[in-house]
Amino acid sequence: MTYAIRAEGLVKRYGDTTALDGVDLDVRTGTVLGLLGPNGAGKTTAVRILATLLQPDAGHATVGGFDVVRQAHEVRRLIGLTGQFASVDENLTGTENLVLIGRLLGLPRAAAKARARELLAQFHLSDAADRAAKTFSGGMRRRLDLAASLVGRPRVLCLDEPTTGLDPRSRSELWDVVRSLVADGVTVLLTTQYLDEADQLADDIVVVDHGRIIATGTPGELKAKAGAQTLAVRPVDPEHLATVVTLVESVTGGTPAIENLTVTVPVTDPAVMPTVVRGLDDLGVLIGELSLRGASLDEVFMTLTGHSTEDDKALEAVA
Amino acid sequence: MTAAVIARPAHRITPRLGLQNTATLTWRSLIQIKHNPMELLDLSIQPLMFVLLFTFVFGGAVAHSTSDYLRFALPGIIVQNALFATMTTGVGLNSDLTKGVFDRLRSLPIARSAPLAGRIVADTVKQVWAIALLLGAGMVLGFRVETNVLAALAAVGLLVVFTLAVSWISVLVGMLVSEPEKVQVFGFVVIFPLTFVSNAFVPIGTMPGWLQAWVKINPVSLLANAERGLLTGGAVAAPLLESLAWALGIAAVFAPLAVRAFKRRV
Repeated sequence: MTYAIRAEGLVKRYGDTTALDGVDLDVRTGTVLGLLGPNGAGKTTAVRILATLLQPDAGHATVGGFDVVRQAHEVRRLIGLTGQFASVDENLTGTENLVLIGRLLGLPRAAAKARARELLAQFHLSDAADRAAKTFSGGMRRRLDLAASLVGRPRVLCLDEPTTGLDPRSRSELWDVVRSLVADGVTVLLTTQYLDEADQLADDIVVVDHGRIIATGTPGELKAKAGAQTLAVRPVDPEHLATVVTLVESVTGGTPAIENLTVTVPVTDPAVMPTVVRGLDDLGVLIGELSLRGASLDEVFMTLTGHSTEDDKALEAVA
Repeated sequence: MTAAVIARPAHRITPRLGLQNTATLTWRSLIQIKHNPMELLDLSIQPLMFVLLFTFVFGGAVAHSTSDYLRFALPGIIVQNALFATMTTGVGLNSDLTKGVFDRLRSLPIARSAPLAGRIVADTVKQVWAIALLLGAGMVLGFRVETNVLAALAAVGLLVVFTLAVSWISVLVGMLVSEPEKVQVFGFVVIFPLTFVSNAFVPIGTMPGWLQAWVKINPVSLLANAERGLLTGGAVAAPLLESLAWALGIAAVFAPLAVRAFKRRV
């Protein structure tokens, strides 16, 4: 098995703040590693080190076998970088931005223009090719950002929160692009604070919090680690919600919650399901929806860190 | 997918590659103007406005004739405009830093110095454009180059050398402040008084003695005198050497500071 990215014991401090506190990462060639964590967890710092923009205070890392500090130039030949901090020039048009990168990568003028046209078409930006990037919508801007990082056909792509602030449609479009890149053999390091994004795209997930890795595994393994499954029951008639709560509570012994007219409760024993169904039938409650699902990554995160990702956002909003 | 040429960046940065990268990034800075009419305004309309304002508002009062005043003040206006224009380097660098363009460039296999060098070359092109525009406007209003073509070219060359030296201050400020607007504030607070407390626009005879003492050594005065000598005749050697000495001094102090700040920030 080969690794496109290997990092060992990465440490980065800013004054008294430790952004990274000994992080190891291994990304298998041709796979997607999701680096998952709340704001301020150290995800961006890790990407900046791997993309040669920042030198670690301790530890070392290689991309494609090249050391990110001593062989930075070789690493830069392999990588594409896109995300919240690496951006296109908003005073250039879509075409000009891509031609600029192509020329910097050593493409002759005509080839740089051809590559720009090809990428703009691929990212549905042909109509906006001759408009300044500052007139682009958020989704178009991100697509252009991503296109810019692909001009040189990188073998390793670093995506730092590529969909933060995007509407659901633009998000799923971007996911499709990432999937097709991976199908072409590109290795992707993806940072995200969206748990479903990691779930959707990543082969492996590394969960970071306060500069440390707190869990690693496949999305499935992480969900299993958190243990609990969730039973959800939605009665057809909302009048029956209280009845359902009482029944579910007595069968599972857990504390049910009501959300969107649905009663949810964490369960450890899948055998409760038939008991609940029989009980509801006996009481004459018509069931609109009934499901037993694995814990969401949000619930996993809660279990692993003792706080949800939403808490962190709320804290930051206060600060 | 078409059988396109695939980018194969070189394994090593050679000086030739560095020059190519710089040329590409110079092109980038210059085509930005197309999409940013404000910059075109800064580059063209503002200098023209200054020439017209100074000539017709102050001309009669200061020199009793607009054409006599223009002969005195146009070199000064050109100097002032050139010094203000040096701030565009810092504004541009800072906006690249804060908007993330710099990180994108730094993740590419290009010469490390190219983003800075490309910006400076482009700003020098803009300087020459503005100087030519001001000279042309002055000529329409009656200004004449009374020396010769070589001296006029030397006048442009001196301005370029001096503004390149001052650009290091602009680079330093651009690296230190948190947003592009603050570079402009710096320019206004420092360069505006510096250019006005000089002989760029008015003879110094009516200023108080203590002020005259400063005005005489103010690099803006020296540069304006050198430009006057080169464009309309008169003493050249002394103000030219003194201006160059200032340029050298400014570069010697600020270039290392700016490069250090650049390396620290990027």
